[in-house]
Amino acid sequence: MKPPPFDYHAPRSVAEALDVLAAEGERAKVLAGGQSLIPLLNMRLAAPGHLVDINRLTGLAGVEVEPDGVRIGALARHAEVERSEPAAAAQPLLRQALGLVAHPVVRNRGTVVGSLVHADPAAELPAVLTLLGGSVRLARRGGPGTPAAGSSTAQDVAAGGSFVVRDVAAGEFFTGPLESAAGPGELAVSAFFPALPPRSGTAFREVARRHGDYALAGVAALVVLDDDLRITSAAVACVSAGPVPLLVDVTGECGHRPPASAGWAGAARAVQDRAEPEDDIHATAGYRRHLIGVLAERALRDAAREALNG
Amino acid sequence: MAERTHDITLVVNGTVRRAAVPGRRLLSDCLRHDLGLTGTHVGCEHGVCGCCTVLLDGEPVRSCLTFAVTVDGREITTVEGLADGERMSPVQRAFAECHGLQCGFCTPGFLCTVTALLRDNPVPTDEEVLEGISGNLCRCTGYQNIVKAVHRAAEIMAEES
Repeated sequence: MKPPPFDYHAPRSVAEALDVLAAEGERAKVLAGGQSLIPLLNMRLAAPGHLVDINRLTGLAGVEVEPDGVRIGALARHAEVERSEPAAAAQPLLRQALGLVAHPVVRNRGTVVGSLVHADPAAELPAVLTLLGGSVRLARRGGPGTPAAGSSTAQDVAAGGSFVVRDVAAGEFFTGPLESAAGPGELAVSAFFPALPPRSGTAFREVARRHGDYALAGVAALVVLDDDLRITSAAVACVSAGPVPLLVDVTGECGHRPPASAGWAGAARAVQDRAEPEDDIHATAGYRRHLIGVLAERALRDAAREALNG
Repeated sequence: MAERTHDITLVVNGTVRRAAVPGRRLLSDCLRHDLGLTGTHVGCEHGVCGCCTVLLDGEPVRSCLTFAVTVDGREITTVEGLADGERMSPVQRAFAECHGLQCGFCTPGFLCTVTALLRDNPVPTDEEVLEGISGNLCRCTGYQNIVKAVHRAAEIMAEES
């Protein structure tokens, strides 16, 4: 129950961190809050040769609320984002989900971007990023002659050299259980969560064995209404429903109707049909599928209520 | 080959302490083994039980999920630092008064967690107390008296302020 030995690196700049990551490749792991990585190390389920501790990169600690969304730096702790009123006003699903992430003491250390890169399909934040269509910004060492592959690229000049960044959309970022698109040599520097559109609402519902545990099943929902307060878009993202967060568009099942007469039950069935939950010691796949349906309907109804009240 | 060590400085309970630690030294082990502060207890070592909770710059954190080298230069408060000299803190007195401990193994973690909870929220509701201590496990006293002790500590703090 003690971590295996590793070479410890404490870079003072993003450029320095990227140098170490570029040099060590797959042998290196990034340490931010450590609330997922250190348990894995303590249980010796992970044994990286090099640990790159980014806790001194205070420039990555920001939570910036922009007109179109919230950009969260790699060192922003869950608790800071949860407390941020501007972030909650721009995208209420962040606070709704963060209150369900582990316990308050763990949220004091754990980071939002770290949760995304950890890519646990049982975790809340990957589902949130997926539902909202957010993205993760990855940086790696590179010069003007080495443009990065990806949906968009940009270059930045850091102290001591240049690096290349790419933004990876949530739909491409989560590639499997505990697997993300972040490659060797790359550092996730921030994540972007789009703002809530007008006349829309969100909700997060989950069931866990004990408060703060990973959920047996969970559903985040986003419902958008038009000027006549009819549903124009409804979607959910499910936790523990497959190898990656499961995004299901249920606009058709809900119908272009006011929330009071929407087809919630049909929408819930559609979500259940798409889910691929697994059996484990905590719950059977069948029970998880049942929960996903129940939670999808509740989350959609709650999100619609939020949209009407907003 | 000997494992490389890092020289770190921590301000623990107001005292500057130095240690040479390998990168993998958990803060909990640094406090207990390198600095001799065995009041911080180690239960599960994967962040579930909350026994090892200490205050890092005033915020409760799991010392078993923090590397000592990461918090070089920071301020740590452990259970040994809660009392004011010989006089126990309001939270400690309330736990004693309300029978909020029995074997005492989980107690240091509860005391640190509750100290920060009441600093941030001096009059918590039952629900806020339960949420606040939800990350700390007790296997003998049970939670009824611990919840009472949190409310009693809030009273004592209000009386003494």
